Amino acid sequence: MADGTSVPIDVIAPARVRARRNTMQRFAQRRSTTGFLLCLPLILLIAAFVIYPAFYAIYLSMLNKKMTAFVGLGNFQFLLKRHTFQLVIFQSCLFAVTSVVLKAVIGFILAHLMHNIPGKNQRIWRGLLLVPWVIPLALSTLTWWWMFDPSYSAFNWVLNQFGIANVPWLGVGWTARFCTIAVNVWYGTPFFMIMYLAALKSVPEQLYEAAAIDGANTIQKLFFVTLPMMRNIIAITVLFSLIVTFADFDIVRILTAGGPQDMTHVFATYAFQIGIQSGDIPLGAADSLFMFPILAFAAFFVLRGVTRRTKEIAA
Amino acid sequence: MAEVACRKVVKEYDAGVQAVKGIDLDIADHEFVVLVGPSGCGKSTTLRMIAGLEEVTSGEIWIDGDVVNDVPPRDRDIAMVFQNYALYPHMSVFDNMAFGLKLRKFPKHEISRRVDEAARILDITPLLDRKPRALSGGQRQRVAMGRAIVRNPKVFLFDEPLSNLDAKLRVQMRTEIKKVHQTVRTTTVYVTHDQVEAMTLADRVVVMNGGNIEQVGAPQELYHHPATRFVAGFIGSPAMNFLPCRVQDGANGGLAVRVTDSITLPIPPNRVDRYGKFKDRSMVLGLRPEHLFEYHEQAKPGWTRVDLPVDVVEPMGMETMVHFFVDGVPVCARVDPATHAEPNEILPLTADLNQMHLMEPETGRVV
Repeated sequence: MADGTSVPIDVIAPARVRARRNTMQRFAQRRSTTGFLLCLPLILLIAAFVIYPAFYAIYLSMLNKKMTAFVGLGNFQFLLKRHTFQLVIFQSCLFAVTSVVLKAVIGFILAHLMHNIPGKNQRIWRGLLLVPWVIPLALSTLTWWWMFDPSYSAFNWVLNQFGIANVPWLGVGWTARFCTIAVNVWYGTPFFMIMYLAALKSVPEQLYEAAAIDGANTIQKLFFVTLPMMRNIIAITVLFSLIVTFADFDIVRILTAGGPQDMTHVFATYAFQIGIQSGDIPLGAADSLFMFPILAFAAFFVLRGVTRRTKEIAA
Repeated sequence: MAEVACRKVVKEYDAGVQAVKGIDLDIADHEFVVLVGPSGCGKSTTLRMIAGLEEVTSGEIWIDGDVVNDVPPRDRDIAMVFQNYALYPHMSVFDNMAFGLKLRKFPKHEISRRVDEAARILDITPLLDRKPRALSGGQRQRVAMGRAIVRNPKVFLFDEPLSNLDAKLRVQMRTEIKKVHQTVRTTTVYVTHDQVEAMTLADRVVVMNGGNIEQVGAPQELYHHPATRFVAGFIGSPAMNFLPCRVQDGANGGLAVRVTDSITLPIPPNRVDRYGKFKDRSMVLGLRPEHLFEYHEQAKPGWTRVDLPVDVVEPMGMETMVHFFVDGVPVCARVDPATHAEPNEILPLTADLNQMHLMEPETGRVV
């Protein structure tokens, strides 16, 4: 061996093995690989519980009632022609948009009030105002349902004290619509309040001082400092709440079950009614899929604005 | 442009803590006044009271001949530059500078004329379309100054504007601020904890400590004639040396200060009258490092030789700082870099006693 002419056995082959192992090691050591592996459990969860059901819903929506034949977009065409479904689209949009706007405005005002309560008291009020958001929605909605009861309810009792006749809160179309929105606003406002309060606290005090010296009054500070500084959080909360409110089921189901005359149905309750209660699962799937393009459209624009502004403000 | 005055101004916080304890201060038109002092001395609070951002507990603040205690900041016609600039992140540089004018409903052409003019003075014209995020610290500082300049207010207020900049930029911006003041001549109140900034910028320096004004004066006056031990120690870098001493009879009927058993320094004859009444009392001798230097054969009147054992030598290039201990008290001398000094060796030095200060240990008053 010392003469250098003979080649030891197994010299070449192990080198190749080593090379392969090195490749594996390098693969494992790459940051992106590690990142991917760490995310894998979540990716699998999402695939199993979000992506698969979504595609399954699309597939279902293209079947006939007995789920024996493929009908293409037939279910969608059928739904669009039905008067009830047109009501559902209108009510869903009315319910979601009005609720979100009211929640945002009231939440914004409450956050400002809260922000100006000094020290310890602020924590107490913050805790109290969060209560609606913490109680399970089904329970609190039941309570509201009692309060809206036409004969024995708290609201009508108060009205009676002032000599006003009973109001059939959940029995008349527009009043019932108002009630569902009111309960949703009551439930969702604390979320907005707490998000806006956090955002308010993150606006540097010196910006307000600079604005005060620049000559801004309270309203101008609100429009030129507070709102621009909070644009991102407002956009994200509104989008998030819009998604949740569009998909809301509990409130309408418990308060009115879609009535009177289907005037308070939203996508989710209507899907439940036709899909589960009436047993037409493909039609129910088609109904619930109508939410998707509306929300995707909103999400696209909102998130694009957020990304742009984040780049702008992050110093 | 206007004069500013504080009359017995007190600021007391909820817990009864007095941040400012009744100060009196007159600032003349066109003057550049610097409030300087350590953290918590009340300088920023004073400035914020002048701005109207803090309520005055008692006393009066005058701007341009009016008491402004109850006037909101926006009606005081002042402009302020903040330590962290406080630029509106969602507005471009132009809009940041124009904001105050827009709120005051200036016509568009006037706004753009003023902003362009200020941008020219501050050399930020190419940055006008950028957002603050895209600017460096120094550029943001300029924009913050530009925002103040365009308003052409009665008074400029600066709240530690250079603290967030690195050392080199700080020196550069210091010059810029001085240049801007020479151009626009607006009455300026400037707060800093950096005595070098105070000395270089100010027409008059106000040294504050613990909510009180220690001394008001021109930079040179504070340096040469400090009124208290605090001012003596605060102004000048490195700080003045303080040595406990005793005034006693000296040679030829004169006086001397005895610092240690081996160090007794003769008091210059022209100061004998001044210090005579403190004979046989414990005092504090103050001598700046620059007045304690290498030994010279040809001594001038008032110069005295002192031999001290070297502790640490710090060569700085144009000068060398040498540190000693005299009876456990640290002493610093500023010697010529050519001087040979080694730790633990005895270094002969000259003390220039014409520049000495003598203080009462109890009150800290310079006598």
